[in-house]
Amino acid sequence: MCLGVPGRVVEVNGLLAIVDFWGVRKEIRLEVVDEPVQPGDYILNHVGYAIRRIPTGEVDATLALYEELLAHSEREDDLMAADITSEIQGAGDERKP
Amino acid sequence: MNASHEGFAQLKFRDPVRARGLSETLARVAQEIGRNPVSIMHVCGSHEQAIARFGLRATLPRNLNVIMGPGCPVCITDVPEVDEGVALARQGVRIATYGDMVRVPGTVMSLADAQAEGARVDVVYSVAQAVELARQSPEPIVFFATGFETTAVATAAAVLADPPSNFFVLSAHKYIPPVMEIVAEMPNTRVEGFLAAGHAATITGWGVFEPFVARQKLPVVVAGFEPLDILAGLVKLVELIRDRAVSVENMYPRCVTKEGNLRAQEQLWRVFRPIGGRWRGIAHVPNGNLRLRDEYAQLDARKQFEVDVTGLWDYAPPALVHECICGDIMAGIKSPTDCALFGKECVPHSPVGACMVSSEGTCKIWHQYGGHPDLSSHSGGYGAVCTR
Repeated sequence: MCLGVPGRVVEVNGLLAIVDFWGVRKEIRLEVVDEPVQPGDYILNHVGYAIRRIPTGEVDATLALYEELLAHSEREDDLMAADITSEIQGAGDERKP
Repeated sequence: MNASHEGFAQLKFRDPVRARGLSETLARVAQEIGRNPVSIMHVCGSHEQAIARFGLRATLPRNLNVIMGPGCPVCITDVPEVDEGVALARQGVRIATYGDMVRVPGTVMSLADAQAEGARVDVVYSVAQAVELARQSPEPIVFFATGFETTAVATAAAVLADPPSNFFVLSAHKYIPPVMEIVAEMPNTRVEGFLAAGHAATITGWGVFEPFVARQKLPVVVAGFEPLDILAGLVKLVELIRDRAVSVENMYPRCVTKEGNLRAQEQLWRVFRPIGGRWRGIAHVPNGNLRLRDEYAQLDARKQFEVDVTGLWDYAPPALVHECICGDIMAGIKSPTDCALFGKECVPHSPVGACMVSSEGTCKIWHQYGGHPDLSSHSGGYGAVCTR
């Protein structure tokens, strides 16, 4: 449960944001993050709550890396993507998303 | 090379060339300490996962012992706390909790066992989903709330967002800074420095470690979770140990500030108060547990339900539990491979101890990724490559 996952904000409606995580879209709450969040921003998500808006300068490069990683391996075989997809879909450790 | 390419090159948190460079630096600095072994502890399941997943342990210098401390929130949730959840579930109360909590053994059974007997247990990714379940249901929903401050702030936010009256919280939340003091003072640990978890520090700020450093005279380095983040954090920490420098260094500035997320802290401490309590396998930790403040008694499952755990104790606990060394593993005294049950009676689909349950537990991670592989050995085979 304790995995922090960065994602890109697609839409903001009040205290609710739609955030994209490697193609999985989730509703993320904004009660905890300490800066205003807008579409296009990157946030660090913990259990459905944004805990930090990640400064944009750092993010493009990081995300490109994730993309590169995904491009290099079959998506299902990518351990990090698999862990995170299962985590944010609320499945237990042993359950497939 | 244009500007964006330069940025790209600078920020390759998984760049193998840079990783190799950092590994070499780490080996050199560890060598300069001139002692064997140098033990450092991280207190975060995500760090252990990244170390294992990216194969970093195999690249670590042999005289550097990187121990996983009590950093898995699932593993340190104490048996009586699991019992409370199980007892409530068996009393017919619907429980919502995080996926990794479901198979954690209590005194006699886990929530999954209770579910198999007909209890209703819902797995949620977020406390917000538990609140939503309560909104859609006429019956009470108890959210079995576990995890460190990063997760506790989410529970706090949900409590403050006016949840429906059939939503209750059974808090087993824990607070990391006090347990670092406990581990630092344990007579058998030889921990010379801590790698602090970047995400918990995103909430608390790195300033929270200053009093610890002053008291314990041990360095702390806050680190992120990419391979380069971790290697860079280790290099910094080993440098501090070499130089006998005692300070807090922030190696994760893109997420961590000195004061942390003040809005989150305000919500956390408005809803929760710290009390002392046991962490599974570790010790009694003063101020290590987070409980709902009296103002939120109407949401507190402990106050609104009769939680009868004694009814569970008619069953005999599984005998194997006595052989489990999860406590020593989380205290950094022993490794999973020191345990007679590891990989035999205790495996991920049938765990004896909590460390084998969660994807953040040391035993589960070692079982999945092979612990401390010795790449110089050609003997092959899973058992053979686990040298520690």
